[in-house]
Amino acid sequence: MRSVVLTKGVPDFSEGAVSFDEDGHLERGKTPTVMNPNDEVALGAALQTKVRHGGHVTGVSMGPPGYASVLEEAMESVYADDSYLLSDRELAASDTWATAITLCSGLEKYQEEIADIDLVFAGFKTADGETGQTGPQTAWALEWPIVTHVLALDIDPDERVLRAKRLVEGDIDEIETVEAPLPCVVIADPEFSPTYRTASHRLTHKRLRTETQARAADHEDHLTTWNHEDLNLDPDYIGLDGSPTIVSSVDPIPKAPSERDATMIEPGDEDGMGQVLEELGAYAGGD
Amino acid sequence: MATSKRTRADDEYEHYEAVVVGCGPGGAAAAARFADHGVETLVLERGPEAGSKNVSGGLIYAEESAPYTIDDLFENFREEASERPVTDYEIHNISGNKVKTYDLTDLHEHDTEWCDAVLRRPMDSWLEQRVHEKTSETGGGVLTDVRVDGLLRENGEIVGVTCDELDPITADIVVAADGVNSELARDAGLMDWEDPDEWFQGVKATVEMDAETIADRFGIDDDEGVAHLFSGDLFDDVRGGGFLYTNEDSLSIGTVFHLDSLVAEQAEPHELLDSLLTHPLLAQWFRDEYHEREYAAKLVPDSKKVAHREPYRDRLVLVGDAAGQMQAQGPIIKGMNHAVSAGALAADAYVVSRGNADPESVGRRYTKMLERSGTMEKLRPRRYDLARTVGEHDAVANAVDRVLESPIGSVAIGNPLSKRAMKLAYNSPFLVSMLPDTATGYVTLPSIIGEEHGRTIHWDNEIEPPSLEERIGELTYDTDVGNPHIHLRDDSAEASGAAVYACPVSAEDFGGGCYRSETVRANGSEETLVSLDTQPCVECGTCAVVADTDWEHPRGGKGVEFREG
Repeated sequence: MRSVVLTKGVPDFSEGAVSFDEDGHLERGKTPTVMNPNDEVALGAALQTKVRHGGHVTGVSMGPPGYASVLEEAMESVYADDSYLLSDRELAASDTWATAITLCSGLEKYQEEIADIDLVFAGFKTADGETGQTGPQTAWALEWPIVTHVLALDIDPDERVLRAKRLVEGDIDEIETVEAPLPCVVIADPEFSPTYRTASHRLTHKRLRTETQARAADHEDHLTTWNHEDLNLDPDYIGLDGSPTIVSSVDPIPKAPSERDATMIEPGDEDGMGQVLEELGAYAGGD
Repeated sequence: MATSKRTRADDEYEHYEAVVVGCGPGGAAAAARFADHGVETLVLERGPEAGSKNVSGGLIYAEESAPYTIDDLFENFREEASERPVTDYEIHNISGNKVKTYDLTDLHEHDTEWCDAVLRRPMDSWLEQRVHEKTSETGGGVLTDVRVDGLLRENGEIVGVTCDELDPITADIVVAADGVNSELARDAGLMDWEDPDEWFQGVKATVEMDAETIADRFGIDDDEGVAHLFSGDLFDDVRGGGFLYTNEDSLSIGTVFHLDSLVAEQAEPHELLDSLLTHPLLAQWFRDEYHEREYAAKLVPDSKKVAHREPYRDRLVLVGDAAGQMQAQGPIIKGMNHAVSAGALAADAYVVSRGNADPESVGRRYTKMLERSGTMEKLRPRRYDLARTVGEHDAVANAVDRVLESPIGSVAIGNPLSKRAMKLAYNSPFLVSMLPDTATGYVTLPSIIGEEHGRTIHWDNEIEPPSLEERIGELTYDTDVGNPHIHLRDDSAEASGAAVYACPVSAEDFGGGCYRSETVRANGSEETLVSLDTQPCVECGTCAVVADTDWEHPRGGKGVEFREG
């Protein structure tokens, strides 16, 4: 079983890490890049596949050279065997369409030069763009089937078919079971959680972790970078020039006006504190 | 490629040739021997790392007469996993501020090849690594965070184990090394939690002290260590004693008491520990500096009474604490060494009996090996059984106490001749194994010795041990919210009230512990009820004995996590 996990670096939106300017715009330069949180779920699904069926997992990302650290993080958490970074100035400012075209070219080159891929895993959506389009568009470009909102995954390597439980949200949430032939693109739902109910799976998991720690320590030795020429991509169809969608403006959502008046009183202000007690006295219950 | 496991004919469950439950010294020894014999072995440990659930005093002995010692099975154990060797062994008989000290080295060195102080988190986690390496080579390994919660039976016969975290697993041999509160031993009906007089309870403080200070205060080199025991009237009338051992850069200081005595005296274990910590005798070592790294507690089986003579059922064998294999040789407690012997012997017994159609042939062989190696005689000395019937009879004990406490008795023990005789008696393995479990040995004799022969200590001990609340606050817990592992079956004060004081993390008038008493007024009458919150639980098992509970371990990885042990 050979799997590829698509992953992306996003600004670290966690408190303390993220930085906004006075107008409420994200300051990318001051905010560290981390792996997109939803991608961890995709990595978990790929890891479960590797533990249960063995094989090889490759992490793939498109982005600036700094994204190598994201792939290194991915290697550690999915116990990936190697990493590919599609990186080139010509790829800058790609929208989801241009990104999918680029990723598809990378995957096709991988299939031609390295090995056939059985499964491509991607996260539900990124924490910065929030479109949820890149995975499905990549499947479209590859002309592969896609199964989205996957909660649980079962693969039959002999029949070359996967069975998945997917969450269908609506008035009533439903879980449907679908089958798809391999190769296939799988989008893991944030609710996906890998299960290892047998001792042998857990022992395999433990062995892979040990092996990967050694590998991730020399991540550069396992990282391949491809530029647009390696991918044989026409600059007119990638990056900003190849992106049909343009984000014309970003408006911060204004803070909701406060519904109540607030009076600030310093703890040392005795008159003020007296006033507070007086005000609260009306609400004090009991005896 | 993924491993494809051999499964049973019905293809239902995974199968391992040997399953070892628990990765303490007993489980580790069993697993190491299985691996030496090429047996496919799976070790299941409920802690996030081996040692995170374990507490001991702790000294580990290597006895000259033992069939196996831990360094036989694990190379470099002493260099890499233990603390200091014990090169000086003393017992202090205390009466108020008067102390008489005897050198116990003779008793300590009897049958001792070596003896090291250990801390269980570093020791057991080191063992876990070695065991995983060894068992991986024969197709198995160690899994942590997995709690085995019962036995898998087929047509009434034990064929494997069930777990919280994994599907059931079948095995040709199951070794229960799951500790003093072994759920497997209880599931098999081999052990119970009925009688408080079959148990000791120990509490321990691991106290910060750097190597240089230890060398200075105890007058020892880097490769030396001390063991001090304390007995007498500093614990009021509770039967038991205290200990202090030197580690590389800390001290293990604790107290061990008979559980029935704790219950009878309504004593608070943490206060008894504080009585020791704040005794003037200890001031010479603390010099008013006291930083407690960890507070811990453990139930200790009294092998003289509970070591199972036939610790097996079907394919299940018990080793270590799970089988009650904890020997109190007078003031010296030996447990880990016997667990190591038992674990290794269980594995050997399996290999010798492999292929025998009778599933109990392994257990029978193991039992025989425990006897032939002399291990069982150490655990359950026949002469103790004889002495006990007389010695523990109340009337006899009281009479002896009365004589000792009388002016004549005190003078007799106090005369210069008896001074020598007492030291000799303390150092006789034969005599100490016959000491009855009455207050005579623990309180009366030491107090009189202290009073008659002792020197008065004039130091002031001004350290303030942390409160119980602070001690609990310093412990690490991963609480299984909404899934308490202990249920109180009877919340009346008569059935479960003893837990409020006997539980090492509960106390009267303390709202932050596991057990609390509450006065409930209903229909004009007043009633005292016991309530339980398992969050601060240190999983010692005391309440399983002294209260009416349904007691289980928390799920894998959940509950308390000891860092020192």
